[in-house]
Amino acid sequence: MYHRLSIRQKQIVWAWAFLAVPILFYVVIRFYPTANAMAISFQNWNLLGDRTWAGWANYAKLWNDPVFWKVFRNTFVYLLIGTPVSLVISFVIAYHLDRLRFMHGFLRMLYFLPFMTTAVAMAWVWRWFYQPVPIGLFNNFLATAGIPQVEFLRSTTLALPAILAPAVWAGLGFQIIIFMAGLRAIPRSYYEAARIDGVSTWTILWEITLPLLKPTIVFIVVFSSIGFLRIFDHVFNMTTNDPGGPLNSTKPLVLMIYQSAFSDFNMGYAAAQTVVLFLILLVVSLVQLRILRDN
Amino acid sequence: MLVKLTKSRVAGVAAATMLAAGTAQAEVEIEYWQYFFDARVAAMEQLIENFESANPDIKVTMNHFPYADYRTKVAAAIPAGEGPDVVQLFYGWLNDYVAAELIQPLPNDAFPPSMIEDEFFPMVGAMREGDNYWALPTAVRSLALFYNKTLFDEAGISGPPETLDELIETAKMLTKTDAAGNLTQVGITAGMNAQDHHWFREVLVRQFGGEPYLDDYRTVNYNSEAGIAAAGFYTGLVNEHKVSAFGFMDEPQAAFKAGRAGMHIDGSFRIGSLNKTRGLKWGVTELPANSDGMRSNYSSYWVNAITTKAEGEKYDAAVKFMQYVTSDEAMQIWLDVVGELPAKPSVGLTEANANDEVFGPFIRGLAYANTTKFANESGQRQILIDMVQRIDIEGQAVADSIAIAAEAEQELLNEYHN
Repeated sequence: MYHRLSIRQKQIVWAWAFLAVPILFYVVIRFYPTANAMAISFQNWNLLGDRTWAGWANYAKLWNDPVFWKVFRNTFVYLLIGTPVSLVISFVIAYHLDRLRFMHGFLRMLYFLPFMTTAVAMAWVWRWFYQPVPIGLFNNFLATAGIPQVEFLRSTTLALPAILAPAVWAGLGFQIIIFMAGLRAIPRSYYEAARIDGVSTWTILWEITLPLLKPTIVFIVVFSSIGFLRIFDHVFNMTTNDPGGPLNSTKPLVLMIYQSAFSDFNMGYAAAQTVVLFLILLVVSLVQLRILRDN
Repeated sequence: MLVKLTKSRVAGVAAATMLAAGTAQAEVEIEYWQYFFDARVAAMEQLIENFESANPDIKVTMNHFPYADYRTKVAAAIPAGEGPDVVQLFYGWLNDYVAAELIQPLPNDAFPPSMIEDEFFPMVGAMREGDNYWALPTAVRSLALFYNKTLFDEAGISGPPETLDELIETAKMLTKTDAAGNLTQVGITAGMNAQDHHWFREVLVRQFGGEPYLDDYRTVNYNSEAGIAAAGFYTGLVNEHKVSAFGFMDEPQAAFKAGRAGMHIDGSFRIGSLNKTRGLKWGVTELPANSDGMRSNYSSYWVNAITTKAEGEKYDAAVKFMQYVTSDEAMQIWLDVVGELPAKPSVGLTEANANDEVFGPFIRGLAYANTTKFANESGQRQILIDMVQRIDIEGQAVADSIAIAAEAEQELLNEYHN
């Protein structure tokens, strides 16, 4: 059978044989669980008993759950503050680091270090920084200066930014490296031409650097948006005593999914939230690609 | 063991024909699961060894998993038929396992309900459903008031408080603040995330004249004058008397271990880790009574149950094993090795155990303890955490906050029971 095939057909057979491995892997590891999760979202299941058909009940519950809307809002606050802030900071650092020769490697390493540290360790260190007197670093400073202490993590307004700060910091290193690679890729000749024409530094930045960095920016925006939409480790580890608290003010969607599944054992409800998260990620990514690719 | 083995071999040779059938009999092997905790594993190894030497034809294999994964692991394995024959479960999970038909009732001939009711502490009654008991504990836990002896001496306090009023007065003497007015040492720790939610439900609400739940824990009943008074007392420790702070030193037990808290309410399972804390001189006493001298306590426990996987001779072996791990002997071993309290008064209330300086207060507490029948312990705890946060952070009135909490918890219970 096989030896009767032409060379071209044999090549195709082999190509498919090799492709089959990753395809099989994806089907078993990705597509099957995804389809299963979608099915579970229409069922009631506590892991122990039988799965029973629930129709749209889990989605209706989600729609009517005030905690879900709070969490939905929190998730977008993480995204809408986290992404632009980290984008601007990492660009400013990369832009200046790119021009610096003195201790360039060392500084770059310092900025990259947090990215290599595990989120759990970092979250716990920051959690202790934020503690009230007598153990919190920040509050001990304030107390020494005679300023009343700030309840960073026990405030419904300050807790979310307090948790977001180390999460932004942790991602900076990666974004800086990507930005620097983008900056290096811009041909020197453009800058030289601009300088000969006597264009100001500001105009060079706006008219040459930023437009040519667009592919890099698209990549970083999409990448970091997905990261902030899926934020979990920092929040969970900084608030384990009251996960996502106080009063759900820091709870992101992923943490709510985790709690529904592994502390309430309500798999159907958790799966429904997962489907919603999947749709959000899909829409946000598509919209960003469209906006940033045009013009 | 070795000696015994040799002896039986000699006997075997002596009566070869007689014993041929006996030795050929296949050894029954059963599997036991629990979560990993050093002392619990060590105690169970000792129990298994004793059991196996008494029942040479049964072999028990123990498997253990990290606590964080245990519940998920058990829940995934038993329905798949991969799990244990005898399993350790938290008492609050039992309903789900009964409903899903994953565990079997204990046989009435080996475990007559009347015998269990006579011999065990009354809270074990929560394990009865219909005519049968479904699971039994080896050990139980209760709450008590830990206090820091060094800080008591320093403040010139002679002994731990006996009543709630004394508790506040004592706590005031133990509280320290810095120049900016921040607490640097609390009189008593506070935090619903730790054991305080049990203290509130089963102890304070009752001591202020209420009944936290009705209808076999299916109806929330703490939205009452008593409940409001109890919540007022509890949050008053922070807001009114300023002898504590929520979130002080991250978590209550950390503050107590670090010697920054005069008093701390916690369970008997904390004894081990406090013993390992260097430089901490601590004592423990019963939870304070109310002004009428009424006391209450909360007790919880892990139970052992036979899964539906055990059939035939494995089932018989599992029953025998269950009988052994709920025997007086097993309970004493568990107390000595793990420090958890015996589930029977016949073991717990012996002269030596009940008057023990450390175990005594917990064991005496068992006599008047209540066990909450949780539908979802972490969910129900979260509701009380939020109740306190609304009062503490948002300044909501106690009565309003408790009303919201009661409504939310009732909704959770309704959803679970229907």
